[in-house]
Amino acid sequence: MAKTAKITVDGKTYEVDATKNLLEVCLSLKLDLPYFCWHPAMGSVGACRQCAVKKFRDENDKVGKLFMACMEPIVDGMIISIQDAEAKEFRKGVIEWLMTNHPHDCPVCDEGGECHLQDMTVMTGHDYRRYRFKKRTYKNQYLGPFINHEMNRCIQCYRCVRYYRDYAGGKDFDVFGVHNTVYFGRHEDGVLENEFSGNLVEVCPTGVFTDKTLGKHYTRKWDQTYAPSICVHCSVGCNTIAAERYGLLRRVQSRYNGEVNGYFLCDRGRFGYEFVNSPKRIRKPLRKNKETRQFEELGSEDALKYIRKLLSDSKRIIGIGSARASLESNFTLLSFVEKQNFYWGESDRNIQLIQKQYDILRNGPARTPSLRDIEKCDVVIVLGEDLTNTAPMIALALRQSVRQEPVQSATPYRIPHWQDQAVRELTQDEKGPIFIATPLATRLDEISETYRAAADDIARLGFMVANSFSDRSPLVSGATDEQKKLSGKISEALKKAKRPLIIAGPSLQSEAVIEAAANIANAMITSGKTCELCFTVPEVNSMGMAMMDITHQGIESAFEALKNKPADTLIILENDLYRRAEEQAVDSFLGKFKNVIVLDYLENSTSLKADAVLSSGSFAESDGTFVNNEGRAQRFYQVYDAGENIKESWRWLRDIMLNSGLHEFGKWKILSDFTNALSKAMPVFDGINNITPPPGFRIAGEKIPREPFRYSGRTAMFANKSVHEPKPPEDIDSPLSFTMEGYRGKPPSSIIPFFWSPGWNSQQAINKYQIEIGGALHGGDPGKRLIEPKSGKTPAFFTKIPQAFSPRNGDWFVVPVYHIFGSEELSVNAPGINELTPKPYVMISSEDAGSLGLTSEKQIELEAQGKTYSLPAKLNLGLPKGLIGIPKGLPGMPEIKTGSWVRLKMG
Amino acid sequence: MEKILLPDIKNLHQIDVYIQNGGYEAVKKAYKRTPDEVIDEVKRSGLRGRGGAAFLTGLKWSFMPKNTDKPKYLCVNGDESEPGSFKDRQIFEFNPHALIEGITIACYAIQAKAAYVYIRGEYHNWIQMLQKALDDAYARGFVGEKMPETLGGSFSCNIYIHKGAGAYVCGEESSLMNSIEGKRGYPRVKPPFPAQFGLWGCPTTINNVETISNVPTIINKGWEWFSKIGEPRHPGTLLFGVSGHVNKPGVYELPSGVLLTDLIYKYAGGVPGNKKIKCVIPGGSSMPPLRGDQLEGVKMDAESLKAAGSAIGTGGVMVMDEDTDLVRVLARIAKFYKHESCGQCTPCREGTGWMLKTLNRIARGEGTSSDLDLLTDVAKNIEGNTICALGDAAAWPVKFFIQRFREEFEKAVKPEVSIPVANKIHSMRNTAVPLAEIKK
Repeated sequence: MAKTAKITVDGKTYEVDATKNLLEVCLSLKLDLPYFCWHPAMGSVGACRQCAVKKFRDENDKVGKLFMACMEPIVDGMIISIQDAEAKEFRKGVIEWLMTNHPHDCPVCDEGGECHLQDMTVMTGHDYRRYRFKKRTYKNQYLGPFINHEMNRCIQCYRCVRYYRDYAGGKDFDVFGVHNTVYFGRHEDGVLENEFSGNLVEVCPTGVFTDKTLGKHYTRKWDQTYAPSICVHCSVGCNTIAAERYGLLRRVQSRYNGEVNGYFLCDRGRFGYEFVNSPKRIRKPLRKNKETRQFEELGSEDALKYIRKLLSDSKRIIGIGSARASLESNFTLLSFVEKQNFYWGESDRNIQLIQKQYDILRNGPARTPSLRDIEKCDVVIVLGEDLTNTAPMIALALRQSVRQEPVQSATPYRIPHWQDQAVRELTQDEKGPIFIATPLATRLDEISETYRAAADDIARLGFMVANSFSDRSPLVSGATDEQKKLSGKISEALKKAKRPLIIAGPSLQSEAVIEAAANIANAMITSGKTCELCFTVPEVNSMGMAMMDITHQGIESAFEALKNKPADTLIILENDLYRRAEEQAVDSFLGKFKNVIVLDYLENSTSLKADAVLSSGSFAESDGTFVNNEGRAQRFYQVYDAGENIKESWRWLRDIMLNSGLHEFGKWKILSDFTNALSKAMPVFDGINNITPPPGFRIAGEKIPREPFRYSGRTAMFANKSVHEPKPPEDIDSPLSFTMEGYRGKPPSSIIPFFWSPGWNSQQAINKYQIEIGGALHGGDPGKRLIEPKSGKTPAFFTKIPQAFSPRNGDWFVVPVYHIFGSEELSVNAPGINELTPKPYVMISSEDAGSLGLTSEKQIELEAQGKTYSLPAKLNLGLPKGLIGIPKGLPGMPEIKTGSWVRLKMG
Repeated sequence: MEKILLPDIKNLHQIDVYIQNGGYEAVKKAYKRTPDEVIDEVKRSGLRGRGGAAFLTGLKWSFMPKNTDKPKYLCVNGDESEPGSFKDRQIFEFNPHALIEGITIACYAIQAKAAYVYIRGEYHNWIQMLQKALDDAYARGFVGEKMPETLGGSFSCNIYIHKGAGAYVCGEESSLMNSIEGKRGYPRVKPPFPAQFGLWGCPTTINNVETISNVPTIINKGWEWFSKIGEPRHPGTLLFGVSGHVNKPGVYELPSGVLLTDLIYKYAGGVPGNKKIKCVIPGGSSMPPLRGDQLEGVKMDAESLKAAGSAIGTGGVMVMDEDTDLVRVLARIAKFYKHESCGQCTPCREGTGWMLKTLNRIARGEGTSSDLDLLTDVAKNIEGNTICALGDAAAWPVKFFIQRFREEFEKAVKPEVSIPVANKIHSMRNTAVPLAEIKK
């Protein structure tokens, strides 16, 4: 707490944080004060007038005056009353006003049961209708596959437009109209363009914006089974709440973590979950019939028997791990096949790059920041990453960091930073310095200074900046004027920065870019400044894989190794090898094994080639641990029991090992046994067992229930099969129970299955779980940072500067194009995401297209790796000459190697 | 009595005539003094704002920060959107150079290099008139870069006319600034006040057209002369726009403190057909109305009207004779405020619509006595609880019309119908018939 003050609320005196506003303070004190327009992440504007309290001049003032708590700075000695009769009457009156036009459609509204407006209505006590006129109505809009729009329910709190435009930087959404017919929406029907639009669902205090994907398989909040989970769709590791009923995953919501994603999620994270319900799910173990080459379903016992048979005559087993599988699953596979036979199912190139990033963070002096830290940085340099598409939530965080510097100008005016409208008025369009160097235009360009170039030139720019801080980073010779000017500007900004940040990643497949980023950070730190260094990685557990004690050999190494030393059985863990390497190479690799065993949850090109497939649990049916790009180990829990045929990969693998006679693994029974063994074998993971309470953890002798206590229909759910209620499944791995029975208070922060508090049925109940509003959860934010910087040691500098990129005549250099919707393997199987996924294409600069006489959408023949592909062209203005953009991971898009040269033929 | 704002000089709107009558001398005089001295002069004169709040002009100017590296701005409010108010357009039409000269003095006093005159879009003709005068002033070097040559000293400033789009709320100073910035005309929460940061986040002063037009005369004739005109606590002449049931409606420039009855009977020629006056709104439609029997001895200045239970507002006097249907008057007023509510904060956005619907129901003859209590209750909850004063402006007429003309409104509504109520709990609520009556 920076500055404290004593205030009196309804006769009781409290010591509070004086930098906050009165509403935040009251909520932090866990006092119930209704509100709508204020949002902890967006500050106050005083529009809804719901949080009115009585303020008294001094002890002798008995009359007082109404003030809006959200607009009142804390003053020492302040005397206020929430319970004052006039204040209560006024707050009730505000709800009465809002209710004049709010429809009485709660029974058919998706928000019903978790509606902030319902909660506040009950809280204020408004219950009788005096308004005897018709309600105003609106036309609703089609806003895309994610969000449903029902404007009649709007109470005009302005949160949506403030979130969408001011917080998330969206453009295609606004407020229209005046007086009591103001309208919130787009200028016309259409898909919301912003990649963070899903947060409208949680930002809206009522049912105007609701989750369309939930709507398709709707269930009330109290009827869902929840578990704390981790988003699997990128490396940021946002905390989520996943919800299920009747074996169907219903939705994903943000799980507040003050250090990671705070209140928000990106749309891929929020809506990508539907892959779990995909028809491509593997729900039972499969055996390929040797004759028909068709899969046959097996029971889990039979499957294990079959696998034992396959393994019994194996001489050498190769294991391929995966960065989308948990630490535990990878470790179990590693324990089974042993280190020399374990390959990280990733390209060799990516492994080198990720490994390099990990080494820099592990051995260097620069700290890796959390998402919350990124929001607080005031000068940011991004090298080579299109963050909106590779690590979306970092992009959202950067939209907050650009405000860091301008907001400071409010301090001398004594304007508190939470007073959003005044601060925005003062700062106008001012933005803090952020520089983005990428080959292609990015969404963040509008808030930054940009540099369009190939990876090598981006690296050279980075090296120039590093050199301006320390001579130990080598001088770049032959720099262009543009580079000199820009690097000078970047250096100037960095020198003035209070909290600078460098962001880079492996997207461009360039070691030099990563080295340049490290050099800038190291050079700044050795010259006595601070600097943080953030690396993105490709997948949810890539950083965890980098930290594991494995050989760090990838797919190509596995191909190579097999040539020298044959093996007959291959176990592939949650991995589609066809996304990692060229088709023919994978075909020939798989063809060399007698037995291919795949553990996965979605059918893919690799699983189709398998002799046996074990039905692994997705994140929704598994427990485990991921390490995010920051180096934060985080646990996710299974949401529901999917029956005996779907198990965590680590449990399947343990069963296989026991079946194969490796009886020592019989002591690995529950998740913590695996985690313990892992941290014992690899000290780098020391302490990850304690990031959540042990499975034996109980409060007042009870488990933490996954279901709200109003969960209904349990006794009737299976009545079509039997009127005898089955025994509820037991969770041996966690302190969570699968039912509504258990402790009804607030659980430890790392195992919160859902947010709820008496009278607070919406997500806004988060207030009750935080120590201070917008701060850490009670008991500290979950997760454990595993990578901390090494101070005191002189860092090593990278000295190899790449040559400047020079275009070749007739050949094009491949740069990757990432798509938030489409490039990620799992989410693309969610119907909504799939709808927004682009069709395959190649991107060529307008300049090159002009000289080739090429127009948009025209088919061109592309010759790569000895193959020819015909794809439609997309023209791009910013792309430098000689580069060609190849979208990554899109369904139907051939894998063309980044950093290779391709040839074009006109169709 | 000498007229300051609208003197009886033919063609005063022409720059030559204005100069012949001593125009653009005050600004020369002012520029020979320090800005602080100019502010002091205006402060001592007691000049109060003519836009409604009657705030001391000199004091407002003195709030402008002296040490700032930001540009400062002057906004001149010519939105004149209050129903019953039509005075500023007289200045645009008949004495625009007094306004322009006043702006150059005010700019100097607060050291603003740019002034924006915000005029409502409906005033198309008057915008052209002011633009013509402004072009002339620029041509003669009274405004713009050539000012140092023409007026002496080194100060210069620019004046821009900004055309509004007809929103009442944009006459509220902070929405006015948002409107100039090209944003939605939403009022801002205060503090921070405009002098701290206003237009584009920079220190800004906002004055009414009439206020600024007084400044040249104050500089010319001195604060003592000005402070002796009319009521000492609200000195100077005021432009009274008299409308409604009077024989000679129009704008009258009279010293403050003139008797309301004099204004109506002596200057505006009395009520047609010598009818009795039922009601007078003395300061534009948002101000509390006075009953016909409350008018005797009421003086027209800020303090006296406050004592009489109303406010000076913009000096728009609306007279209603005994045949006026006040229910319809109030419904019409409520329609205006509902239409003009910007939609930002709840009480005004929802309350004005509700009040209008209820008043329309009463006007249709379908109202009940509980509707009057409901109206009063809604108005009470709006008053003082909104971001800007539009909420008050909408609530006051409802509150005071019903309070002061209760018997007329009672006549317009039916007593609550006593029907057997299925749900007794509901029947016991304050909006329904009292339980005692049901039992009878």
